[in-house]
Amino acid sequence: MSISLPKAFNEFDEARQKGFIDVKELKEKGKNIVGTYCVFTPWEIILAADAIPISLCAMSDEPIPEAEKHLPRNLCPLIKSSYGFAITDTCPYFYFSDLIVGETTCDGKKKMYEYMNDIKPVHVMQLPQTTIGDDSYNLWRNEMVVLKERIEKEFNVEITDENLKQAIKARNEERRMLKKFYELGTLCPPPITGLEILKVLYGATFKTDKNEQNQTIDNMIKSVMEEYNNGVRKVSEDAPRILITGCPTGGATEKVIQIIEENGGAVVCFENCTGVKGNDTLVNEDIDPIDALTDKYLNVACSCISPNDNRIELLDRLVDEYKVDGVVDIVLQACHTYNVETYRIKKFLNENKNIPYMSIETDYSKSDIGQLQTRISAFIEML
Amino acid sequence: MYSIGIDSGSVATKGIVFDGQIIEHIIIPTGWSPKNACEEVLLTLLDKTGIKKEHAFIVATGYGRVSIDFADKTLTEITCHAKGAHFLNNDVRTILDIGGQDSKVIKLDNNGNVVDFLMNDKCAAGTGRFLQVMINLLGSDIKDIDNLTKGAVPESINSMCTVFAESEVISMLANGSSKESVASGILHSIANRIVTLASKVGIEEDIMFTGGLAQSNELTNIISNKLKKKVYTSPLSQLNGAIGAAVIGLNKYKRLKSRM
Ligand code: SF4
Ligand code: SF4
Repeated sequence: MSISLPKAFNEFDEARQKGFIDVKELKEKGKNIVGTYCVFTPWEIILAADAIPISLCAMSDEPIPEAEKHLPRNLCPLIKSSYGFAITDTCPYFYFSDLIVGETTCDGKKKMYEYMNDIKPVHVMQLPQTTIGDDSYNLWRNEMVVLKERIEKEFNVEITDENLKQAIKARNEERRMLKKFYELGTLCPPPITGLEILKVLYGATFKTDKNEQNQTIDNMIKSVMEEYNNGVRKVSEDAPRILITGCPTGGATEKVIQIIEENGGAVVCFENCTGVKGNDTLVNEDIDPIDALTDKYLNVACSCISPNDNRIELLDRLVDEYKVDGVVDIVLQACHTYNVETYRIKKFLNENKNIPYMSIETDYSKSDIGQLQTRISAFIEML
Repeated sequence: MYSIGIDSGSVATKGIVFDGQIIEHIIIPTGWSPKNACEEVLLTLLDKTGIKKEHAFIVATGYGRVSIDFADKTLTEITCHAKGAHFLNNDVRTILDIGGQDSKVIKLDNNGNVVDFLMNDKCAAGTGRFLQVMINLLGSDIKDIDNLTKGAVPESINSMCTVFAESEVISMLANGSSKESVASGILHSIANRIVTLASKVGIEEDIMFTGGLAQSNELTNIISNKLKKKVYTSPLSQLNGAIGAAVIGLNKYKRLKSRM
């Protein structure tokens, strides 16, 4: 089976806009929609209630000026953008959501949810700050139960263990497919560009029909590999292989990926929430579903967890698996946890892995493109 | 075999002709059009040396490099600075560069290749631009900075942001601080910035200070004192980027020729 590739990639690129109509239709059919922002959100619990979980818009700078009327300027653009979309009614996903689920990740986010709650019901899960110890586990497990109960009450449904198990299976299936797709990046040279990988990964967060998504991605992998095996090379074998880590990327931060690839680098792996972070480990299908979910969602390699050894372990493995030549850490402006962590990540990569590293602090504006050009191309010249 | 390196910075455009040695060099203000400045540099260099354009390999660097359509290759100033410093003194392992728009610290290996580097973020704090604004405020000239600050007790300037530092300086003067001690304070604040940047990358000897502000002995001494290490400068350091570009160009040219 062969499908036209650019079209397939574009479809994901346009997923955010296309999804608007899907959500509207789902809504009209009486489906409940739950908006989410973070990889910590256990989508399985939402799915188990036969509701639709969806990622809300948070990666554009358009609504930021509005958001700044309530929020400080010196705040992460992701938080400002999320809030801006919410108050300006410009994110249809937010508009159609019956409930928003947030987590107490970073300080900015958790305080922003307090304001957001005035616009829409927001359920905030109290995330422990560490993965260490039984208390953390029990706290997070309890938060899973509380979320389940809230959703049951809100949508007047009962979520059985069987529902949860089915949802876990479905999500694992989706994760396996996304993984199979982004692992194309392990090939040397990669059969697709980093920008294409990102578009699919980012686009997938806005897709509501996951069966269709799995099918499209599967076809896409087949076509890509067919071309590749026929000798088509999109990326030069000499292109330095770059791993992206750090804050979530997509939307306005695509500028960084674009600059890397325009200057001769090839982004082969995304170790962040848009990529590997959420999909790398599956949920155990054989144990009590709430325990399984607790375990999975406590171990997200996010910098708001302290210590965040999971990220180091993940990077350690990915650098080898993807035969990485250099690492670019994207830090969104005023994201303290990721910013502070850059020192540890640099040290680990430079000293333990002998891999060049650079960190980029940026926001959703275009004002730093010139600077980024110089810094990124110098980094690539150095590899 | 000749190569020409052109470094088009925000303030000045520099060019050299190179055949293993620097044969000719020129520095002109960039002005409003980097494109015009680069063309003028090229034509003057060709004119002075009598070399034909076809017989030279041209490498362009600096922020204006994108507007140069006659270059055979373009590279970032970071790579070129490293090669240039290595040519001027091959013991150099760390470069501190304070340019008009940005400051950077570059670490190099014993072949003059970049091992690591850091550049300041968007803002102008600690750059030549920062000094320019402050010196104008004092009604002084950047050329006189050494005379002005010699022996002065520095005021401590706390604001990192150019805009805030400006009001800080104004109120210091209003409160009776001397021009000399304020100017010295400004140099210290610039030095602090580059030293912090350097400590993030990690300093290795020998250290070379380049860029427009490297001409100030006072600033060089302040940096050296803060680092507790000897800091070299070179009278040719303003040409550093252009030299590096030309060195890379010549190597590239030789490699191309040997393949033909
Ligand atoms: S980086 Fe952390 S806080 Fe941000 S979206 Fe990912 S999991 Fe959530
Ligand atoms: S990028 Fe950082 S500051 Fe922004 S929401 Fe994520 S963790 Fe919070």
